[in-house]
Amino acid sequence: MSGAEFVPLSLTPLLIGVFSAIACALPGNFLVLRRQALIGDAISHVVLPGIVVAFLVTGVVSAWPMMIGAALASLVAVGLIEAIRRLGKIEPGAAMGVTFTAMFAGGVLLLEQTDTSSVHLDVEHALYGNLESLIWLDAIGWESLLDASALAGLPDELLRIFMTLIGVCLFIGLFWRPLKVSTFDPGFAEALGMRTGLIGLSLVVVAAVAAVAAFDAVGSIIVIAMFICPPAAARMMTNQLGKQIGWSVVFAMLSAILGYVLAGYGPLWLGANHAVSAAGMIATISGLLLALAAIAGPCRHRSGAPAH
Amino acid sequence: MWLEALTLQLGYNATLVTLGAMALGIAAGVTGTFLFLRKRALVSDAISHATLPGVGIAFMLMVALGGDGRSLIGLLLGSAASAGFGLLCIGWLTKYTRLAEDAAIGAVLSVFFGFGIVLLTIIQNLSAGRQAGLESFLLGSTAGMLWNDAIIIAVGGTLTLLLVVAMRRPMTLVAFDPEYAAARGVNVDRIDLAIMALVMAVTVVGLKIVGLILIVAMLIIPPVTARFWSDRTDHVVILSGVLGGAAAYIGAAFSASAPALPTGPIIVLVSFAFFAASLLFAPGRGVLAAVLRHRRFQRRVHMRQGLLALAQAQPIYEGYTLRLLKSAGLVQADGVATDRGKARAAKALRDEKRWELVRADQAMEGAAALYDGLRDLETVLTADQIAEIDIKLGGPQGVPV
Repeated sequence: MSGAEFVPLSLTPLLIGVFSAIACALPGNFLVLRRQALIGDAISHVVLPGIVVAFLVTGVVSAWPMMIGAALASLVAVGLIEAIRRLGKIEPGAAMGVTFTAMFAGGVLLLEQTDTSSVHLDVEHALYGNLESLIWLDAIGWESLLDASALAGLPDELLRIFMTLIGVCLFIGLFWRPLKVSTFDPGFAEALGMRTGLIGLSLVVVAAVAAVAAFDAVGSIIVIAMFICPPAAARMMTNQLGKQIGWSVVFAMLSAILGYVLAGYGPLWLGANHAVSAAGMIATISGLLLALAAIAGPCRHRSGAPAH
Repeated sequence: MWLEALTLQLGYNATLVTLGAMALGIAAGVTGTFLFLRKRALVSDAISHATLPGVGIAFMLMVALGGDGRSLIGLLLGSAASAGFGLLCIGWLTKYTRLAEDAAIGAVLSVFFGFGIVLLTIIQNLSAGRQAGLESFLLGSTAGMLWNDAIIIAVGGTLTLLLVVAMRRPMTLVAFDPEYAAARGVNVDRIDLAIMALVMAVTVVGLKIVGLILIVAMLIIPPVTARFWSDRTDHVVILSGVLGGAAAYIGAAFSASAPALPTGPIIVLVSFAFFAASLLFAPGRGVLAAVLRHRRFQRRVHMRQGLLALAQAQPIYEGYTLRLLKSAGLVQADGVATDRGKARAAKALRDEKRWELVRADQAMEGAAALYDGLRDLETVLTADQIAEIDIKLGGPQGVPV
């Protein structure tokens, strides 16, 4: 395929997909190890009421208010889950289930009650995003990458998810030791004087920011899939955290690229003439990678468990 | 409008939906209790999301075989098959790999749902122009419900309910003490599987009304709510069924009373309102009860400390303690003890000394363990035992009698 076709139509969605996948997979490693994997599920559900309320308050569909609304909603959800868990002495899974379903239902109801016929805001969009539409119209080929006026026309989502990715990398790089110690041995971390509660909360906040930024571009399915599948697959490959994170980045990139390409071109190769949902395909590929790792990964068994 | 809806006078279709939803709500509440007690509430989230590819595949199969593709029973069978497969995947991942159950749930949930979305986009393009309406399974839709659909839902809900009633004993046993259940000869794996199968049945039946994203709420919220009101399984099960049924009934009726009130979300929000009220106001486990309990405890501690201070003629500066003593008429406005105050203070000090002896006595270890600074000695020891302690304690000494 020529650059003239690839750069404007596929380069930016591909990059956004890859960046989103990595930004979610990085904090996902720690969430999976801490058995908090489903926080990602909860966050991605409560993003909907957040953006709907932001739309109702500002009256426009624009990215920043919605991202702020979504981020606030996820903080509210985390607070509510914690409150229900402690006040009602309820197990975390059930507390999460109560919170995110109620908030999601509230979001759907608000959306139905609001006149959104003039704007592009609906539940389906929130669920599976619109990766395919994030095209770079100003580009005419590879040479546009060096052309300042064309670069100014890049979709805003690309810049936002890129900044988010850098932020996530910085967080994990800067707090590597506390994150690692408090994940594997919270008791030891506290004995060293680390604030484990604070570390846990900031991890959830970073995950929420990544989820919201990715959600803005690609919808919530990818967010949940990328939080869990690449890290889970990576966990089957190695026993070392550093290597696990490396593997998870590889898996996330593979899922995003293969998923996007298969969704866009797969049906054409099979003779059909319509593309399928890229977000759904990326999630599917990440699941297939996880299945492969679960069947053949070198470290797939629980340590100490008998080999099956 | 409201009242008419609640009394089922909004016409045939609304009545059908309301009654169907209620049957489903009861079945979901009862089934969900066992899931909740087994601490696996979120497995239902994976099950419900895993139904989507089944719906798509069933539709494509039925179209390929020359059918209409929209037959509800066919779609539900397909969704049950893929939910079952998702359940197997979770079981396999947690049993044979190092993944914890939460990661397995999340992986199955997102991957199956993603694949389902891929299938939906294929279907949209396959039968261009022909509205398959499969998106309605995401959030549920009761607008175009047919008599046949309602029958399927009502029969499905009732059957599930009967199965739960039949299996409640072993399921309770397994939920509370799997090891004991295994020792009694109950096949724990099989009972777990049965619980999951029931959850799957509720999910599949509920797809049409509340949709796959929100059906988990009907399985999770009522049991959690009911748990606030009782510590007995049978009560929680019944209450959860009642709460689930009531939320579904009120929600469905309310949503029928006005446009733009989608059934699923309204049912969930009614259910959540029940939950919030229970969280705040339930006796025993509720927040209000806990606050009151805490206040009462605080009052007793302050009272006790105030009396001990009075007895030892120490000045009291703490405002709350002073207010308590004053309002009980134990001290005057200037902080000097009244006669009644002196008497109560003397008793408090004597009790404290008695406790001191009890706690120093190895033979009274059992009673001493109950000491918390507030308990009256009379509730722990007999009058004879107290008399014995008083002999050790003795009277005033060095004073001419």
